[in-house]
Amino acid sequence: MRVEIVAYLWLIPVLPLAASLFILGLSGKRRGLASGIAITGQVLALLLSLAAFRPTLAAPGYRAFANFTWFTFGTQTLRLGCVLDPLTAVMLVMITFVSLWIFVFSVGYMAADKNFTRFFACLSFFSAAMLGVVIANSLLLLFICWELVGLASYLLIGFWIEKPSAAAAAKKAFITTRIGDLGFFLGMLWLYGKSGTLLFYDGGNGALESAALVSLGASATFIALLIFCGAAGKSGQFPLHVWLPDAMEGPTPVSALIHAATMVAAGVFLVARVYPIFSSGAVQGVTTSLSVVVWIGVITALISALIGLAQWDIKRILAYSTVSQLGLMMVSLGVGGVAAGIMHLLAHGFFKALLFLGSGSVIHGCHEEQDIRKMGGLRGLMPVTFATYAIGMMALSGVPLFFAGAWTKEEILHATSLWPSSRVPHFLMLVGVVLTALYMTRQMIYVFFGSRRQAAAHAHESPSVMTLPLVVLATCVIGLSVLLTPAWPWLQSYLLGERTVGESLLQPGLFVALALVALGIGLGVLIYRRVGESDPFARTFPRVFRFLEERMWLDEFYDATILALARTAARVSDLLDRYLWDGLARFAGVLGDSLGGLTKGFDERAINAGADDASGAARAFGRLLSARHSGQIQAYLGAVAVGMLALLLLYAWLT
Amino acid sequence: MNSVAFIALAVFTLAAALAAALLPKLVHAALCFAAAFVGVAGFYFLLGAEFVGLVQIFVYVGAVAVLIVFTILLTRRETEREPGFHWSGLLVAGAVFAGLVWAIVKTGGLNRAAPPSVTLTVRQIGEALMTDYVWPLQCVGLVLTAALIGALVLVMEEKR
Amino acid sequence: MTPMLSTFLLLSAALFCIGLLAALSRRHAIFILIGIEMMLAAAGLNFIAFWRFGPQPAPPTGVMVTIFAIAIAAAEAAVGLALVIAVYRHYRTTNVDQIDQLKG
Repeated sequence: MRVEIVAYLWLIPVLPLAASLFILGLSGKRRGLASGIAITGQVLALLLSLAAFRPTLAAPGYRAFANFTWFTFGTQTLRLGCVLDPLTAVMLVMITFVSLWIFVFSVGYMAADKNFTRFFACLSFFSAAMLGVVIANSLLLLFICWELVGLASYLLIGFWIEKPSAAAAAKKAFITTRIGDLGFFLGMLWLYGKSGTLLFYDGGNGALESAALVSLGASATFIALLIFCGAAGKSGQFPLHVWLPDAMEGPTPVSALIHAATMVAAGVFLVARVYPIFSSGAVQGVTTSLSVVVWIGVITALISALIGLAQWDIKRILAYSTVSQLGLMMVSLGVGGVAAGIMHLLAHGFFKALLFLGSGSVIHGCHEEQDIRKMGGLRGLMPVTFATYAIGMMALSGVPLFFAGAWTKEEILHATSLWPSSRVPHFLMLVGVVLTALYMTRQMIYVFFGSRRQAAAHAHESPSVMTLPLVVLATCVIGLSVLLTPAWPWLQSYLLGERTVGESLLQPGLFVALALVALGIGLGVLIYRRVGESDPFARTFPRVFRFLEERMWLDEFYDATILALARTAARVSDLLDRYLWDGLARFAGVLGDSLGGLTKGFDERAINAGADDASGAARAFGRLLSARHSGQIQAYLGAVAVGMLALLLLYAWLT
Repeated sequence: MNSVAFIALAVFTLAAALAAALLPKLVHAALCFAAAFVGVAGFYFLLGAEFVGLVQIFVYVGAVAVLIVFTILLTRRETEREPGFHWSGLLVAGAVFAGLVWAIVKTGGLNRAAPPSVTLTVRQIGEALMTDYVWPLQCVGLVLTAALIGALVLVMEEKR
Repeated sequence: MTPMLSTFLLLSAALFCIGLLAALSRRHAIFILIGIEMMLAAAGLNFIAFWRFGPQPAPPTGVMVTIFAIAIAAAEAAVGLALVIAVYRHYRTTNVDQIDQLKG
């Protein structure tokens, strides 16, 4: 019985979508039915994913696709399709499995919410879109699902719409990722213009197959970088990472599902999917586009790990940790360790979902308190949460042997050490390992050890519908460590499509990593041994801590640069004032002083006037920009007409 | 194709359209709007698309014009005085017209006469609607239903 | 002189611009709708003209598009007029100059 499963692959996203639509049609009171349908949809999707996983195991390098024509315009046909290869298969299984348990957790976590059914409809919708991204065999289909994922994320971050901060965070997430998506869209158009197809694999004619890659030539670099803009937006890479910590305004299961396990991994997945474009024309595995990926990843990983060290919100710490880990995955892809990056993505999906659900359980137990300064000593009160959280924490920090994260992280480090163009990323990543261990230890100690502070006084363990997913995920994290062990790297060979399982990948570097993890945890215990309301680190280096606590003022920086043009103009006039006119004025002042202090007042006035002029210029320019948003629909309509005229003129000029 | 009929129709349609755009009184403008659409329907007849012409008259003159008149009546208080005119619109519209005329004149092969005759029966249209265009037809049905419900929801009095 | 294809195109361009004028210049919200309907009719006229002047016999694509455009325009008019009424109830005006809540 060899039914081509790929022909039915579309069912995987369609089932949760159907569940979502069905739930939308229910009345808000049918809570049990709504969650039941959502979970059923996930279970069916998981079963189908497992069925799809089977054939890829049987034949190394398995790749099947099913394309169909969407529509025809002129002589061009636009085709979409599904693809099934090892990358798709493992992602499918990971996403459906993790989301299933997050769904189960949500039944407990959202039990008291009045919009329970809407929540499950959105969650199912998100799952459908995300699965669509994974199975897409066309950049266009991927982009469509990609945007649907963005929409679902918007709906879920802003789920508690009555909270202004949630609404603002949802908007911020949507707009920030859209900035990246604009680049993605341009890259897609460019790719279509060059290769004439957006299908990934098409029996030799796809965009990722050698014929098309040759036709891309040098433009492959630019296309890859434009696509990376989209990936950076979704995966929260610097400088577009600012939305991800704010996205923690959403309900905690949402943070676990979207902003830890799946959606933010979509960017990494995208880079892995179109990897042939990135590596096209590589010299010794190094291309310009891949180097950009590496450096962006390095910057992201380090900055966010540092910021994570100085946050107080339990979820924000995890959010920065996610950003940092995504940076690590990007580095891995950039240096050529595709398999290592994807394996870390899988492992991360499990343990970060576990950590987020654990934090959800903590928040639930502490009556919606999120500040770790007010927790403490929860170890005895919430034993299951504590045990599972500790497993997640050790997996994230990279404690070896039984925790999945350690092996994959070590392989990434190994891959970076082999990168021919620079050793710097490798050393910076080693620093990152220490930082990761450090901030996770800090969080553990603040939340679970020490004295019980305000919110911890009446904490209680969560109901079993919430602890069961924790236990299951924790078991998986440990189980995965067996699958991911470098001593028997079958997953690596499977992902790379190699016929035989490769040599053992155990490296002496493992001990270096081990030592660094031990150093990080040891330092953490040493520093945070006795914690109270304040942080020892903050006491020793108050300025550095404040800089990190305020997230390096990056948000403020962006707020300011929305009017970048205005500020530049203002700065130019300011400089002119300060040096040219002011200089003249000073000169006159000195002259005046030497003449008996006659013109001291003039000097004062010139300086003051200069500063006033500069800020006035900035204000005037801002007003000019905001005057364009008059709210007058006719002005907008007129602008559309003028735009049409401009297009006509362009056409006239070109012909 | 009769050129006398064409010129007469063109003058009538454009005059009615201009009146609809410029007359200060809303009710007058609405009536001229209906007249202009009768003229457009006339062109459809002239071009041999009688069915479309009839649909145009039924939908626009029969339904949309009446809706507009109803809306004018329902928002009566405001319609008594003329709220004024943006002259910049004339500039933009004129420029767009110039651009379009330039594009039409410049494009080659448009100066051609019509093929002698075409027959398009209602039967052909019906068959096309039920075969090639059945999906769009269903979609339009859905859109119309949604628009109907949406319009009702919009104009329902808010509950205090 | 029998009318050419370009004559029809010029006519519909004129109708389109009159519609644009109405939509851009009049301050009453209903005029914006009237203008948009006129622009849609101009587009429909173009479709029919291209169908009639194209090689015959041809499938009635232009006619079909126009029929669907009329149906969509009717839906748009219904919703648009409902919006005018709703806005009027809320702001007690239909002068679009005074409806500028979205201003930046």
